[in-house]
Amino acid sequence: MNTVWNIARKELSDGLRNRWLLAISLLFAVLAVGIAWLGAAASGQLGFTSIPATIASLASLATFLVPLIALLLAYDAIVGEDEGGTLMLLLTYPLGRGQLLLGKFVGHGLILALATLIGFGCAALAIGVLVEDVELGLLAWAFGRFMLSSTLLGWVFLAMAYVLSSAVSEKSSAAGLALGVWFLFVLVFDLALLALLVLSEGKLNPELLPWLLLLNPTDVYRLINLSGFDGGGSAVGVMALGGDLPVDGRLLWLCLLLWVGAPLALAYWVFLRRAT
Amino acid sequence: MNAVEIEGVSQHYGNLTVLHDLHLNLGEGEVLGLFGHNGAGKTTSMKLILGLLQASSGRVQVLGRSPNDSLVRRQLGYLPENVTFYAQLSGRETLRHFARLKGAALAQVDELLEQVGLTDAMDRRVKTYSKGMRQRLGLAQALLGAPRLLLLDEPTVGLDPIATQDLYQLVDRLRQQGTSIILCSHVLPGVEAHINRAAILAHGRLQAVGSLASLREDAGLPALIRASGLQHRAQLLQRWHADGHQARSLGVDGIEVVAINGHKLDLLRELLGAGGAQDIDIHQPSLEDLYRHYMDHAQATQTGEGAR
Repeated sequence: MNTVWNIARKELSDGLRNRWLLAISLLFAVLAVGIAWLGAAASGQLGFTSIPATIASLASLATFLVPLIALLLAYDAIVGEDEGGTLMLLLTYPLGRGQLLLGKFVGHGLILALATLIGFGCAALAIGVLVEDVELGLLAWAFGRFMLSSTLLGWVFLAMAYVLSSAVSEKSSAAGLALGVWFLFVLVFDLALLALLVLSEGKLNPELLPWLLLLNPTDVYRLINLSGFDGGGSAVGVMALGGDLPVDGRLLWLCLLLWVGAPLALAYWVFLRRAT
Repeated sequence: MNAVEIEGVSQHYGNLTVLHDLHLNLGEGEVLGLFGHNGAGKTTSMKLILGLLQASSGRVQVLGRSPNDSLVRRQLGYLPENVTFYAQLSGRETLRHFARLKGAALAQVDELLEQVGLTDAMDRRVKTYSKGMRQRLGLAQALLGAPRLLLLDEPTVGLDPIATQDLYQLVDRLRQQGTSIILCSHVLPGVEAHINRAAILAHGRLQAVGSLASLREDAGLPALIRASGLQHRAQLLQRWHADGHQARSLGVDGIEVVAINGHKLDLLRELLGAGGAQDIDIHQPSLEDLYRHYMDHAQATQTGEGAR
């Protein structure tokens, strides 16, 4: 356990040193505040509108941003050490490959969690303080859920990045593949699902379709954040399918956790087979 | 108990066999020099001892255990060839990180930095280090936790002559303290005084292993005796030629004779008896000569096998 923490500690101090933590926190804070106050500008309004609308806009933005940041943070975790020549040295130390991988995950995971907490937390505080007659209970609940699920979403893509990083032998291929993964889950998957929906002309079992959303962690994440508000009129695109999903919130959370665990286990398996 | 026992180890990568039936032991407190051309199997042997590779066949034991044992790894120091570290950390931070991972006392970090002469540079980033400084940091890293077994892969690369000398003195000191050391090197001159035994690898086979004296005997390489200031050189030459020695004149009054094993003392006696001999120089076959001998031998065997 100590070993895992020693690895994590280095990643964390790297994150502080190269100002990743600061940059991500700042980005999150600026975006969250911007969306809260200017999100309704398209409809001619200025200023804070409502908590559900703010969370919905934030969630659809975070769907793009959080996976990208996580992949950027972690794509060179293994292959970078290998190219730098330190991986072989580390593997002669009294630590297992699992401990090394877990240490990286804990370190990167903490960076993401802290950035989410600081960035979005500041925005929530600003809303709570500056906006009059806002429902503080609802605000805390919605933002808490949003921050927790955003962190989990980030962890999913950290784990995916480790799979790539363990599998390839060059940093540049890891970067390319990371972009591919981002494209697949953030853009292509939903389009493909919609295309499937249109092309099947209703022949596909309509009860099956919503379940397909669970195959994409970003969709699970959005489902979590869009549910629970009265009159969920903000669900558009494939998210409208989610309304038909006969599952409760706890299953969605479980699903997101599974999406963290499965790639992490896969990364461990791939890393064990990596030649030194 | 031997520090390292390699018994009948072969290693294949696909169709390629990089080690053939290797037998090699390293005793406690012994320094073994491991020499060979590029691709001879030195690095593969190192990786087997480090537990980074699993032998295709045969058995490797390190400090009486399997090389993967974390107890073994805690007592093992390794300096990789062309060692590199995290560029953005300072030398001291680097060493502290590795000390924590190895479970070594953090107090040791500053001591080691001083020992390798990096105290002045310890708070600078490793990025700014020269190759020699990186090498010394790598050495300090290998010494973390007072290892019982030390593997040094090309430790003198990038070191200036004084730092090289310091390194060899450190090796001597560690040997006296009972540390077992394997030293891989391309640089042969200077190393011979600091190793107990030499092992020469070529084409994945162990060509020879033993102390320098036994290797010299085994190789049967002659020593060269040179002397000058001889009064009766012509007579001496004549006598030696008659006895079947290879001798030739050198300069105005000098002589050179090839002393094959067992004749050295007789030749010296005759040389001294001849009168007037000054400046006698006996050139023993060096590690380099031995290395060349075994490499030529290996090459001949290889071509012989290829022709069949």
